[in-house]
Amino acid sequence: MNWGSLDNFLAMGGYAFYVWGSYLVAFGLVSAEIVLLALRKRSALARLRLHGTAEGDR
Amino acid sequence: MNWFKYSSPQTFFPLAGKLAPWFGVLAAITCAAGLYLGFFVAPTDAQQGDAYRIIFIHVPAAWMSMFLYLVMAFWAGLGLAFNTRLSGMMASAVAPTGALFTFLALWTGSLWGKPTWGTWWVWDARLTSELILLFLYFGFMALQAAIDDPRRADKAGAVLALVGVVNIPIIYFSVKWWNTLHQGASVSLTKAPTMAATMLTGMAVMAFGFWFYSIAAALTRARCIMLERERASEWVGDYARRSA
Repeated sequence: MNWGSLDNFLAMGGYAFYVWGSYLVAFGLVSAEIVLLALRKRSALARLRLHGTAEGDR
Repeated sequence: MNWFKYSSPQTFFPLAGKLAPWFGVLAAITCAAGLYLGFFVAPTDAQQGDAYRIIFIHVPAAWMSMFLYLVMAFWAGLGLAFNTRLSGMMASAVAPTGALFTFLALWTGSLWGKPTWGTWWVWDARLTSELILLFLYFGFMALQAAIDDPRRADKAGAVLALVGVVNIPIIYFSVKWWNTLHQGASVSLTKAPTMAATMLTGMAVMAFGFWFYSIAAALTRARCIMLERERASEWVGDYARRSA
């Protein structure tokens, strides 16, 4: 599949809005999930160090 | 060989820690390959032009939305039956990623539907049952968040998850039973795929990419849940000190 030029590729045969609208949201949501996971891990560790091993629910 | 060696949070935590990065790397490589196939190998479609390229996200996301719900219900059911803490954690770890893929399937489907069907949304059997799946995921997460004691939250969530399993075959067969607007399965377990080879390959590779990604995300989230719920236990304290 040879697009010929970057402009053709970005135009996506006239469906740019729909195709890139799908791919950008997909990429955005997956990136957001990865960032949220990293933040969640960091805050879990921070809370552990802050409170030591305080009595939690088993 | 002790089959249950990894069925406790303490033993599963390090294993998940070793596996997650590998699945993450595998996911990145597979998705890159899938996107390359989808955009630079697969040809323009005779009917739909280039709009069809949304398929490389839409179908894998839809598959994952159904598959992850079954995985979630499996862990939830196991936790309910055996009262095992880690099972409940795994169910909670899968839910957000399942909801993400369900939303993605609806979003990309809508953006694909506008140019090809002429509408963003229609109360079609497939679309409606997928929307119900999204509400089931949100309901599961909301129900669990509403109950303080994680063990009771797991039980309540498990009942909801198991009841919701009936929706999965409904989604899968909706296109055949009601035959409303959404087309039938181009790829199914019973007959040969009715798709061009390169398009099919691109889609299959993306499906594996999403699958690896889901494993990496769920394992990582499971570790976070373990750090949160097991914060009183000794091994979590050691881990926190070691990773300072």
